[in-house]
Amino acid sequence: MNRSNFWRRILYWLTVAAGLVLAIVPLPDWLDPVRPDLALLAVIYWILTSPRIAGLGYAWLAGLFLDVLHGMVLGQHALGFLVVAFLTHRLQLRMRMFPIPHQAGAVMLLLALYHFIVFWTDGLTGHGYTGWNRWLPVLSGALLWPLIVAAGDTLTRRTR
Amino acid sequence: MVELSHDSRPIIGRGPPLIATFVTLAIASIALMVTDQRYDQLERVRSWLTAAAYPVQVAVDAPFRAWNWLTGSFADRDRLRQENLEVTARLRLANLQLQRFAAIEEENRRLRDMRENSAGVAERALVASILNVDLDPFRHRVLLDKGKADGVFKGQAVLDGEGIFGQVWRVNEHTAEVILISDAEHAIPVQSNRSGVRTIAVGTGDLSRLVLPFVTGESDLKQGDLLLSTGMGGVFPPGYPVAKVTRVERDAKATFAIVEARPTAALDRDREVLLVWFKAPAPEPPTVTNAPAPAASAAPPPTTGASTAAAAPSTAADTTPSQSAPVEDAAATPAPGGPQ
Repeated sequence: MNRSNFWRRILYWLTVAAGLVLAIVPLPDWLDPVRPDLALLAVIYWILTSPRIAGLGYAWLAGLFLDVLHGMVLGQHALGFLVVAFLTHRLQLRMRMFPIPHQAGAVMLLLALYHFIVFWTDGLTGHGYTGWNRWLPVLSGALLWPLIVAAGDTLTRRTR
Repeated sequence: MVELSHDSRPIIGRGPPLIATFVTLAIASIALMVTDQRYDQLERVRSWLTAAAYPVQVAVDAPFRAWNWLTGSFADRDRLRQENLEVTARLRLANLQLQRFAAIEEENRRLRDMRENSAGVAERALVASILNVDLDPFRHRVLLDKGKADGVFKGQAVLDGEGIFGQVWRVNEHTAEVILISDAEHAIPVQSNRSGVRTIAVGTGDLSRLVLPFVTGESDLKQGDLLLSTGMGGVFPPGYPVAKVTRVERDAKATFAIVEARPTAALDRDREVLLVWFKAPAPEPPTVTNAPAPAASAAPPPTTGASTAAAAPSTAADTTPSQSAPVEDAAATPAPGGPQ
């Protein structure tokens, strides 16, 4: 039990690390605003599958690393990740019963909340960007959700 | 997907309850944000964290760098030869200008010595390359591969070959974040090269556009005016090109005219930029004595011959717009120098 938990932790951190790297890889200008929040999607997925291993601390640290990589105010994305992780924990028994499209809808709401928190703190710290395209990742993330589930399920099937 | 034990939340005695962790971490992140925003207490923590992030950033940058290197090494011979020819031609022109420039610099130095003020001379520059890392799609920040270890400091001016690029916003151990002049949070004091009107150019979040919001209707600014840095505030060296005015719209009813300008620096195309050290307006004794020594030793060779003659008329013409003189002159020389 402990041993397999250890490897699972490693796996969860590796997927988040991959998501963080993809968050700063240069993309063409038109694609840049659409970039989905892969790290956050990975966090949501792991909380849904194994909430006892992927806890709030895990989500919070992942958000903090994103702040560092982006050079933002420390704690901004950490707070967003934390709120999303908390709600996912609360809803996970229900969300796991949802069919995938329904689940994607729930994920979209979570992403919208996350972006709202980031937008809000941006405004408070005085860097508000109010263009409509800052909300595009919400859509792209929700559309990507079925793929994330498929990828995650194959990964866990192999490691188990 | 998984067995039942995985999805049951801890009930009793399995670590702190969810809500407690949530509240603690939420308070922690808000406290972090406030301290980071209001006070500079977090420098140490941030430097550790960025040290952890540095390998990631380098790893992201590496494939792009390798690709550039590869395409660079297989570039065809013809193109290289062509480039070589062009570069040689430009170098010849530049040398021609430099001859005059050296004379003018010498002249300028003497005048400044008389005023006991050697402000505005970029005395040291360091080439830094931009890491291929996207920080935020809506802010104009880039990451340089030079940091505290190379002597970079916060607020340092960053230039490229054509003009002012931005300033250092945050320094880490091996990297530095630069805020571009086109960032919506950036403003730079400028002066028109032609009329000497002083104002402030503010970034818009659009790489090819700055706005000058504080130009009154009567100000003498025209389309095509070159805006130079004034050096006010001590961040940027004076007399470097910043932007070219692209649009001036005057409305008799409004107090301010609508003025837009396009940055002269290649903000979106640069791979390499210059970090400069220059004399701040308030000179300290030891650095002042250091600075003229290399300038003096470098200047005499070209000044001996015909260029002293060239220096004489140019000083007469150019002393009036005080700080912008060298650049203005350098910009004017290629026209007569080119055809010869």
